Amino acid sequence: MSDILSVRNLTTRFNTFNGVVHAVNGVSFDLKEGETLAVVGESGSGKSVTMLSLLHLLPKTTTTVSGTAEFKDGEQTHELLSMSEAEINRVRGRHIGIVFQDALSALNPVMTVGEQITESLTTHLGLTHKQAYSHALELLDNVGIAQPEKRFSSYPHQFSGGMRQRAMIAIAIACGPKIMIADEPTTALDVTIQTQIVELTRRLQREMGMTVIWITHDLGVVAGIADRVMVMYAGMPIELAQVDELYENPQHPYTEGLLGAIPKVGDSGAERLLSIPGAPPDLFKEPRHCQFAWRCDYAFDHCWKEIPPDFSVGERHYSKCFYDMDKEKPREQ
Amino acid sequence: MAENEKNMNTGLVIDEEANKGIGAALSSLWQLLWRDKSGLLGLVMFLIVVFAAIAAPLISPYDPLDQEISQSKEPPAWKEKGDVSHLLGTDTLGRDIASRIIYGSRVSVTVGFLGVSMAFSLGMMIGLISGYKGGRTDNIIMTVVNMVLSLPYLVFVVFVAAVLGNSLLNVILIFGLTDIPVFVRVTRGEVLKLREEGFIEAAKSVGIKTPRIIFRHIMPNLLGPLITLATFEMSAMIFYEAGLGFLGLSVPPSVPSWGNMLAMGRQYLTVYPWMSVYPGLAIVFTGFGMNLLGDWLRDVLDPRMRRMKK
Repeated sequence: MSDILSVRNLTTRFNTFNGVVHAVNGVSFDLKEGETLAVVGESGSGKSVTMLSLLHLLPKTTTTVSGTAEFKDGEQTHELLSMSEAEINRVRGRHIGIVFQDALSALNPVMTVGEQITESLTTHLGLTHKQAYSHALELLDNVGIAQPEKRFSSYPHQFSGGMRQRAMIAIAIACGPKIMIADEPTTALDVTIQTQIVELTRRLQREMGMTVIWITHDLGVVAGIADRVMVMYAGMPIELAQVDELYENPQHPYTEGLLGAIPKVGDSGAERLLSIPGAPPDLFKEPRHCQFAWRCDYAFDHCWKEIPPDFSVGERHYSKCFYDMDKEKPREQ
Repeated sequence: MAENEKNMNTGLVIDEEANKGIGAALSSLWQLLWRDKSGLLGLVMFLIVVFAAIAAPLISPYDPLDQEISQSKEPPAWKEKGDVSHLLGTDTLGRDIASRIIYGSRVSVTVGFLGVSMAFSLGMMIGLISGYKGGRTDNIIMTVVNMVLSLPYLVFVVFVAAVLGNSLLNVILIFGLTDIPVFVRVTRGEVLKLREEGFIEAAKSVGIKTPRIIFRHIMPNLLGPLITLATFEMSAMIFYEAGLGFLGLSVPPSVPSWGNMLAMGRQYLTVYPWMSVYPGLAIVFTGFGMNLLGDWLRDVLDPRMRRMKK
């Protein structure tokens, strides 16, 4: 399997009235064709901003994006970040689709659901309205919306939460994209619907051979769907590993803390839930050393001197930490 | 309880019918109107005025310009010395007041409708550009808008009317142009809000091009607030036109208009009050109807509100 997307040193800054926000600080990862990469991290860790940066979806006037992102479309390779507005428009929706967290606000209240699906088809694939209509009906049926003919001309407010999310997915996959970015698509849904949406995405991924980036902070969902996991903290990927490896053998203190904070079935309920002490760092300051050092039980003097590089700590397993969790001592430099 | 159930049922019917083409949409609109009686009243009042304006030659008993000095200053029919032949009486030149009110609606409706259409279309386009482009364009447009809005409106209008002279076209142009900033401002505000909405980001994320985003995604969301604003502005314009007429700066005195009638009746207010009271009532009637209609439109034109109204 080859890499469909290679992101190198992606950096995103927001220029605000109060100063520069260092939202994403050097994100690099490769995406294998057909795999599911889960991106986890707390709010503000830069998960969504990373993905929005790739597609130029952040306000241009206040955002500075640097780095490279090579997207492979068959034999051709495109660099996303240097694309013009017109070029990126041909990638958005055509090759890379996004499913947003809040389907209610992501659907236009005064357009029918059908129109919102067909406009992407007519824009990218050049279908006639008639062709787009019949294709949209297939899509609605495929994402599990009953009576597609009737639902085609419904407005978003006439849909339930689950149906809206299904409609969003239909829009995202309409043109058969290579990559689907799911930005916390299940967060606003109740648990039974969550499961259905997860199942739906997995089925569509299998049928259409899509590569999926699943952004979430729900480690339970991650275990069920992901092939690999990227853990983000303060705008940096601090650990990247195969999903089983990450759960069994976390190599970064932050990942260890996250996993330790999951309540387990069988706990008596008498103990307090574990949490990581402290708060995430101030993103207004440019990072100069390990961003987790303040909260880290293992931190030692070198952690305050430079930003740790990606240490290879196993097969396709990287950790941004100077401390060797297995040997229980600082790594040899 | 039973009534609740009934309401829920009708609500469902509307949702279903909303999907069945124009005929069904009209019937669901009718149901919405029927449920909100004040909106219905407003619409009926508005339609009466529009009908009077269109059908004036057919429904008015006399030619509004016909002078019959022998029958001048006749009071309304139900007063002492009144005559059924002139239902609302006659003015000092013996012209039939009812006929003049009916014909006067033509001026009011024309000025209101054309003036608002002009302000609406130009104001919306300018507001869309200002709000969507932002930055320098926005700054320049908004400075001009604020300058125009900071002029004392009536004084400005009177000045322009006095310079340009009396004619229907001039009155329409004056109101149409001076009202543009109001529409620019509301449009821009809405666009600034809409531009940050999730569905605009979502539309961009599927590669929809900017013109389509502006015209298919943003503009339909503007129509609700703007149509509501238009009804209020139209009633305001009808008031101002009457005001200009009262000052003798609107259409030429020979043309029957409500403002001209008020101006003429002013000197006889204590002796022949009907000469100004009935045109005055016509203005109030129109304004009240349009404001009721505007309130109702504000509620219905938003599909989300429609659902909540169930």
